[in-house]
Formats: sequence, structure tokens, C-alpha cells
Amino acid sequence: MLDISEIKTIEHDVLIVGAGGAGLSAAIEASAQGMSTGVVMKSLLGKAHTVMAEGGMAAALGNVDHRDHWKIHFRDTMRGGKFLNVWRMAELHAKIAPERVRLLEEWGAVFDRTKKGLINQRNFGGHRYPRLAHVGDRTGLEMIRTLQDHGIHHGIEAYMECTALDLLKNKNGEVCGVVCLWRESGTFTIFKAKSIIFATGGGGKAWDVTSNSWEYTGDGYALAYEAGAELMDLEFNQFHPTGMVWPLSVKGLLVTESVRGEGGILLNSEGTRFMFNYIPERFRSETADTQEEAARWLAGDQNARRPPELLTRDVVARAINEEVKAGRGSKHGGAYLNIATQRSAEDIKKKLPSMYHQFKVLAELDITKEPMEVGPTCHYFMGGIRVDADTTMSSLPGLFACGECAAGMHGANRLGGNSLSDLLVFGYLAGKNASEYAKKLGTHSDFDEEQAKQIIRNATDILNRESGANPYLLHEELEKNMQKNVGIIRTKDDLNTGIDTLEKIKEEYKTVKAKGSSQFNPGWHEAIGMRNLLITAEAVARAALMREESRGAHTREDFPGEREEWIKYNIVTTKGEDGKMKLKKVERPAPDPELERIAKSSIEDLETEVANERK
Amino acid sequence: MTKRKFQIYRGDNDKGEFVQYETEIQEGMVVLDVIHKIQAEQANDLAVRWNCKAGKCGSCSMEINGKPKLSCMTRMNEYKPDETITITPLKTFPIIKDLVTDVSWNYEQNKRIKPVKLEPEAKTEKGYVMYQKDVDRIQEFRKCIECYLCQNVCHILRDHDKKDVFIGPRFMIRVASLEMHPLDRGDRIPELKKEFGSGMCNITRCCTDVCPEHINITDNGIIPLKERVIDRFYDPVTILRRKIFGPRKKKLPPKKF
Repeated sequence: MLDISEIKTIEHDVLIVGAGGAGLSAAIEASAQGMSTGVVMKSLLGKAHTVMAEGGMAAALGNVDHRDHWKIHFRDTMRGGKFLNVWRMAELHAKIAPERVRLLEEWGAVFDRTKKGLINQRNFGGHRYPRLAHVGDRTGLEMIRTLQDHGIHHGIEAYMECTALDLLKNKNGEVCGVVCLWRESGTFTIFKAKSIIFATGGGGKAWDVTSNSWEYTGDGYALAYEAGAELMDLEFNQFHPTGMVWPLSVKGLLVTESVRGEGGILLNSEGTRFMFNYIPERFRSETADTQEEAARWLAGDQNARRPPELLTRDVVARAINEEVKAGRGSKHGGAYLNIATQRSAEDIKKKLPSMYHQFKVLAELDITKEPMEVGPTCHYFMGGIRVDADTTMSSLPGLFACGECAAGMHGANRLGGNSLSDLLVFGYLAGKNASEYAKKLGTHSDFDEEQAKQIIRNATDILNRESGANPYLLHEELEKNMQKNVGIIRTKDDLNTGIDTLEKIKEEYKTVKAKGSSQFNPGWHEAIGMRNLLITAEAVARAALMREESRGAHTREDFPGEREEWIKYNIVTTKGEDGKMKLKKVERPAPDPELERIAKSSIEDLETEVANERK
Repeated sequence: MTKRKFQIYRGDNDKGEFVQYETEIQEGMVVLDVIHKIQAEQANDLAVRWNCKAGKCGSCSMEINGKPKLSCMTRMNEYKPDETITITPLKTFPIIKDLVTDVSWNYEQNKRIKPVKLEPEAKTEKGYVMYQKDVDRIQEFRKCIECYLCQNVCHILRDHDKKDVFIGPRFMIRVASLEMHPLDRGDRIPELKKEFGSGMCNITRCCTDVCPEHINITDNGIIPLKERVIDRFYDPVTILRRKIFGPRKKKLPPKKF
């Protein structure tokens, strides 16, 4: 019999799950608020997904184009999100991002510089001005290392290679702890905390072609869901337009949007620069319609409009998909992305060093001479845990969420560069608000021992079973199903097939078996992550079936175009009393009139307004 | 598709053995792909660390045919088709299991280094002012992905196990990235000499050779730091000047721009 008193307990005021940009930002703030702060993470410190971010962090610093302003960043974000964003979150993000980026510099980040010695900013899809503070194409590394180096000197306890299994609640239904598994030893620890912040990232590992690492198993969604929290907008999964398509073993690996930001163009097999044929009405007046104008823009003409390669990610991903379907794809079924004809070899190596290296080593291709082959890859979850915009608290008292695992900030489609700034802004807000909550609460509360035992048994059963399904092969089945039936273009029939298949995989999962011992056993960890991935995948598929329109990253072939009816609702997912997944349409509150006015202003009017404000 | 042979270390620090595996290889595969394939099909509990699979996170360091490498960036076509490829964990650190080692010592070293402290005078309403030419050299050091291949290959740590006296190449360049920061006003030269063991390095450049980020660790990082230590502690002219004029201040960029 399992005796809970033999399980080690660790107490913190604020506990953070996840140590990427959001988790570390939250931890630094909580610690600054005087809280005893712990961070549990599945990998080693500094290896979280943030490290892979390449392009930069968006903030209206106005260092390169002085016309930039939070209002214009906000407008870009709302339009990119197809107006489904939580208005207040997009506002907070645009307003707070600049000061957080500057603070990161104070903590040691060394950004690329402008001629005047300020933080340099680059162009990116959907952003009106050069707005992304960056370091070559390794901005995520700079961010995570800076936060890590700052954090270790500020009293944060880092618990590495420690997996959160499930949340614990007190008798009032408030979150009060989490049961964790040490990957190295296979032993368990109960973390007690007055408030818990999830910064667990997304769930892209449910797809076959993805830019995400093994860690992206939707842990935050599943743990929150199991504990009774609301999830929102899970039908919106961003397929990044440019993942590698060849060789097969690296299919899906990210090719940064900076390649297009630095002038890279997209061509089909006939040599046509096809993005000119895919400019949506909403962006027509702000996008170049000739190659000549696009070339002027690249040369720095502030009056020229932006090239169509820099349209939002949903648009570019669909366009590449269309070209391939029409038989105009590249040799290995993608599109050609060419920077070699647009920039000098020296520029490319300076601005895109890791892309140069990545293609040179993994594809034996010199991007300063030849075009890359690229295609859509599952990249990011816009949806996630439903949170209050100002406090970042979920519907479950004591549970906060920030970064990719939280919903609302990006609406139906995220702009490139808004993710890293999201981590800084909402990580900070989560840290601050979770600390205030913990201070008000005062003491730790008792958890239900039976519940803790059950969580541990769920994990050990996977090891102790005599025989059962191979977790790796089960995972492959899931990936294939999501790729085929819940992919970039969706239909009712496919989604229903996808859901049926998911039900079958769920049944098989009940007998999943990990071979070997409990010590550092990846098969066991894979099986544990699978539960979370299955919940995530089901939430995505069901929400995708429910939303009968095409908006942003969610494309329904049987319901083309945005529908007036659907902008009024978010889809909210919870675990029903009967244990089944419950989805409902929840009416969105009316936007603040001033925010609505800003977001819907013409760009000319807003630029004039901002210029007048400055005078 | 061709069948290839591998021998992989299975076990922990106390006991272990080489286990032979055979598996099909596709065009373009890297060593990490092979390990994943073996893991999925033949050895579910084979322990290995990895994350990004793109040479950006530095998790999948190991020794392949005795050479320290990132397995995600090592292509199978670097090896002869009939060759058995030997895969072992990093030698310098204790083995936890199979290819996973205990690298926690490295995290302890980082905590010993004084954090950045920027000159408040240099702050403007638009942030700090630094020029690209002044940050180029520290940006090189900041490319480090903490794969610890340099730590693994450094003979002071690897062969002599002097972890108690030398901080290792990774943290020498961490110190360099702070000492050469145009606006940092910390001083880490005394610790470099007394605690971090800068004198231990005898410039064999093994660390530079294995760096997957091609950071010129020895020439651009360690040697200039050694020179700073010598200037401070052994050069009579500098010592005299410091006695008379006090420590030399870093030049600040103009505040107006």
C-alpha cells in the first residue's frame, strides 16, 4: 500500500510549472514580490522551447521607424487575430511590451543595435513597422539565457527534469499543490503552493509535421482540464508557413519568418512569386501589388507597401498549401523560399546565421546560393487555458496561466514576434498576480491524500502492467490521425473521422505499457505525456468541428470565409460531470469602444492621430 | 534504406555494457534520429536527452565514435556504410543512465559568477546606448547553447578531474561576455585568478575545436581574460598606475543621440 507520508513534500508560496520565457518571467516577478518561488521543468534549465524562437520580440519601441506606437501594434495584433483576441489582453501586451524588452536589456540581453546604438528592430509578417527586437536569428536563446542568468541570482529554486502529473485541490476547490515525478529517479514529490502558475507551452506534438519538441504534450491544458478549469479557442492551431520539408527526418523543423522579414521571396515550381495572388481584401490597401513596389520596400522606401510574403502566417500557410495542391509544388512538396537572390551572402550569414548552418548541415544546401524548400508545420496554439486578462487567473481559484498555454491574447492567429513579447508581459503579470493571491491567502491548505495517491497510481500502473500498447507507436498513430483529419484544411467528415479515431486511441491508451525500470525511462515519460496529448487533441478536434466558419488559423473547407455570427463567440471546453468533454459557445463581452475604434481605424487615420499626439 | 550497425552504452555510472543494435537508415538521417528509431522499436527505455533537434538547445550532447558531438547535427552520411557506430555518454560527467549524464556541476558554476550590472549613467529614455561594433565580440560568446561539449573535452576537467579548481571553458566565456560588455561595471578579475582557475588552462584549444556554435573560445575569450589577470596581478607598470590613479573606468557612449 502506498503511504503518502513517505512521499516527499516541498512547500513554496508560488510554484511555476514550466521554465520557458513565460515561466521564468513569472518566477522572477514572484521572487521580487518576496515570495518563496519554485519552478518545476521537464528538461534542464535553459532548454525550454523558448530557446528555439528565432525572429524576435515585437514591441513598439520605435527605434527604427519612429512612427510606431502601442496603438498601431495593438491594431496589427487585432487584425492578425481576426478580431477574436481578448481586447484587453492585446491592449496590455502592446502597452507593456516595450518596457519589458528594455528591462531584459538591463538584465543582460545583448540585442543587435541600430546605427544610433539602440535596440535594432526588424520587419515581420503582419507588423506595420520594423518592430522585432532581435539577436540575429537566435532571439529565443538570448531571452532564455538572460532570464536564467538573472533568475539564479534572485532566489528561485529550479527543479529540473521534474514532470507535473496532476493538480491537487483543497476542500474549497482551490488549487493547492501538484504531484510531480522526477525523471531521473522515477520517484514522486508533492509540491504544495498557495498559488500555481502554468507556463507549460502548447501541444504541437499531437501532429506529425511540427516544429515542436517532445516537451509539447499539452500538459497545462490537460492538467487544468482535469482539475476543472475552462479551456478556450482550442480550434486555433497555427501552422507556420515555413517548415523544412526535406530531408524527411527534419520535416517540420522551423525556418524563421525572418527569412521573409529580411526580404526572402516565395516561388512555385513555375518560378511565379505566387503570394501576389493571395492578398486578402482586408490587407489589400496595405500590401504591395507589384514586384517593383516590393523591391522598393526592401530597399528602405518608407512609402512603399509591404511585400505579400509578409502577410500573416495563416494566409501564407494556406497559399503554400494551395500551390502544392494545384501541382505547382517544389521537388519535395513545398514552396521555394529564396533569399539568395535578395541579399548578399555576407548579409545572409550575418542576419540568418543559424538558418545558414541548419540548411548546410541538415540538408546539405547553401542558402546563400540556392532556394530552400518549405511547407506548413504545426507551430503554435492560440487557444489554451481561459484566463482573466488583468490577473491571468484561470476559472479555477489559485491557478494562473501565461504564455502559449493561456488563451486570448492572439485570437484566431498569432503574429510572429508577438509570442516572445507575450511571454515577457504575461509572465510578469502572472508572477505579480499569483503573488498577490498567495499573500492574501496567507497559509498553505491541506490536499486530499486519496487524490494524491490516485495520481501516483495512475503513473505507476503504466510501468507495473504485464503487457500493453507501445507508447511510441500509439503516439505515432495519434500524430498521423491529427495530421490527416485535423490539419490545416478541415471538413466535417474529416473531423468526425478524426474524433472517432481518437476515441479508439483513447481505448488503447488504457492499456499502455512502458517496459523497463522507473529510472530515467523515456518510454514511461512518453506514456505519461500521451494522456495529456490525447485530451489536447480531442479538445482541438471537437472545437474545430463546432466552429463552422474559417477564421485565422482555423480553416473549414465546408464553411469558407469569416461568419458574422461566429465573431460573437468563443468555444469553451470543460470536463463534464460524467467525465466527458463538454463544449459550449460562450458570448464574448462587447469591446471597449475606444479599443474598437483604434483597431478598426484606417492606418492613415491612426498614423495621423499618433503623430498629432506626439506633437 | 540500408541496415546499419550501432553499439550503444547501456547502464549507469557503476556498471554498464555496450548493446548492439541494427536498424534501417533513411537518407538525411542524423544520429539522434537513429537513437529515436531504436528507442521506439527496440529499446523503449533507452535514456537520451534532446529537445530542439536543430542544434539550438544543446541537450543531445554525446560521444559518437569517441568524438564529442551534438547528435542532432551529426549526419549518418559522415560515416562509412559498413562501420559500426559507437555511441557513449559524455565522459567528464557522472552517468545517470545510458546516454544521460549528471551535468548539475555546470549549473553550480554559473551561480558563482557575479551577474551583469549595467552603468546606470548610460541609461536613456530609449534604453541603453551601445554600438554594434562594441557588442560584436560578446554576441559571439552569447551564442553558447550550453551543450557542455567544451567542458566535456577540456582535459583539466576530463582527464585530471579538477572540477574543484577550474570553472571550465563554458564559464570562462560567460565571464568574458560580462567583462567585455561595454556597459557592465562589475569586476570579476580577482575571482578569475583566485577562484575560477584561469591559470589552469594551457591553451590546447580542444574546447574551440568541439564548439558546435564555432565560438572561438580560446583565442577570443580565454586568452584575453588571462591577459587581464596578468595585467592586474603581475604587470608592475599597471599595478603602479592603479595605485596612483585608481581602477580604470570604462568609457561611456554619449547620452544624446
